[in-house]
Amino acid sequence: MTPAIQIDQVHKSFGAFEALRGIDLTIAQGEFFALLGPNGAGKSTLINLLAGLLRPTSGRLSVMGHDVVNDYQSARRLLGVVPQELVFDPFFNVREMLRFQAGYFGLGKENDAWVDEIIESLGLTDKAYTNMRQLSGGMKRRALIAQALAHKPPVVVLDEPTAGVDVELRQMLWEFIKRLNREGHTIILTTHYLEEAETLCSRVAMLKQGKVVALDSTHNLLNRVPGKNLRLRLAASSLPASLTPLLRSQDDEHCTFALPEVAQIEFVLSELRNADIKVEDMELIEVDLEDVFMEIVRQ
Amino acid sequence: MTGMWTLFKKEILRFWKVSFQTVAAPVITALLYLLIFSHVLASHVQVYEGVTYTAFLIPGLMMMSLLQNAFANSSSSLIQSKVMGNIVFLLLTPLSYWQFFLAFLLAAIIRGLVVGASVWLVALFFVDLPVAQPILILAFAVLGGGLLGTLGIIAGIWAEKFDQMAAFQNFIIMPLSFLSGVFYSIHSLPPFWQKVSHLNPFFYMIDGFRHGFFGQGDIAPEISLTVVGVSFLALSWITLRLLKSGYKLRG
Repeated sequence: MTPAIQIDQVHKSFGAFEALRGIDLTIAQGEFFALLGPNGAGKSTLINLLAGLLRPTSGRLSVMGHDVVNDYQSARRLLGVVPQELVFDPFFNVREMLRFQAGYFGLGKENDAWVDEIIESLGLTDKAYTNMRQLSGGMKRRALIAQALAHKPPVVVLDEPTAGVDVELRQMLWEFIKRLNREGHTIILTTHYLEEAETLCSRVAMLKQGKVVALDSTHNLLNRVPGKNLRLRLAASSLPASLTPLLRSQDDEHCTFALPEVAQIEFVLSELRNADIKVEDMELIEVDLEDVFMEIVRQ
Repeated sequence: MTGMWTLFKKEILRFWKVSFQTVAAPVITALLYLLIFSHVLASHVQVYEGVTYTAFLIPGLMMMSLLQNAFANSSSSLIQSKVMGNIVFLLLTPLSYWQFFLAFLLAAIIRGLVVGASVWLVALFFVDLPVAQPILILAFAVLGGGLLGTLGIIAGIWAEKFDQMAAFQNFIIMPLSFLSGVFYSIHSLPPFWQKVSHLNPFFYMIDGFRHGFFGQGDIAPEISLTVVGVSFLALSWITLRLLKSGYKLRG
């Protein structure tokens, strides 16, 4: 089957700065795929290349087998992109905007039923005739997603779709996106909320300084970092120096230690006992994608 | 075709939704010019035999409003969507650079024609205006609107901020339109300034357009039509090159 996305040896430079340094990536149809990386890793550059907003310095990108440069019209018809910034056209209401957006892709009245469906699914029915300018931030975010879907693209790219969105809306958006995936849409997302990528995505690519540094199923990535995290609430805030190498994070109440082996719990507890620090609460936590991410970014 | 038609329709609706600002305001401005200049100069100036100064002024004001609004339509739409960031919704579509160009161009011509025709309608209350060659009037109106619509697209692509656009408007469009013979015949100018006026493409648009009403002008309408037509084709070629290369739109 033709892959949803095929990226071969893609380089992108801005002057002397090399934003992408030889990206190879294949995303199959129907996948729920996450693109992770610290700020400046090249995630948005890669998305902009797929969308045709930027042109690659070298290499090839294709959407469902259509080259994004040479066969851009077919490639763009198959791709829906939700931009990161909350951008909108201040002249029109939600329904007008969605109809225009579908129209740019060559779709006419026959697409109106689909426009109505996404308006309803995204909870925009009450706002369908409201000017984009008068929508709240959350509603604008929904409209932005609706706009990317107006032409019913099989491949949907979401660039930080839940940035600055409250918990309730985030849940609602993810339910909607999961539904799209179940209905056969390929979903590619970038997110800063790693727990989202962990629960939603079957496969993850991690980017660092313009290169793919990890590409695997979420399951395999989580198994990559052995051990567990030990979260303790301590009576004192200063720790014995011997524990500092294991310390992953510390806030006012808790200290979290990354333990490559579970048996190291004994060592941590004995060191605390020797330092006469009382343990008030204890929790053993599975490694999450954030640990993998931190580990890979650190390397 | 649906894609281009949608963009064209959106560009028309965009100005129509704020028609108070995009149509009524320029008509009022043109009327104020008409009232003031005709009141002050009507008894002192007669440019053509048998044509009152007020009648002489009207085609010039119509064309000036048409040109300025054709420019404003494409340029303001582009700069606004660039600054707001919503141009991305156009760039993500399969619209070709030709479709993009034609949709913006046609909408700019329509806005120019609507404003120009509105000035005419209102001016009819003040003076009876002859129509010698309607085809010539229409040809100059469409070509002039097209020329400025194209220039508007170039300015919209080039400008990154509103003040750059204002500079384009204030330092290029305004002087060229005011110094083109809207308010006077260039024959009333000293020889040096007459020669300078011949370098101004706006002069040919105004003079040719006026020729369509009175059957006389400062220069043969064929020459004006050639200059305007060639300028339009040249600017269109530049615009299409810019759009094809993705200059300032796609990195």
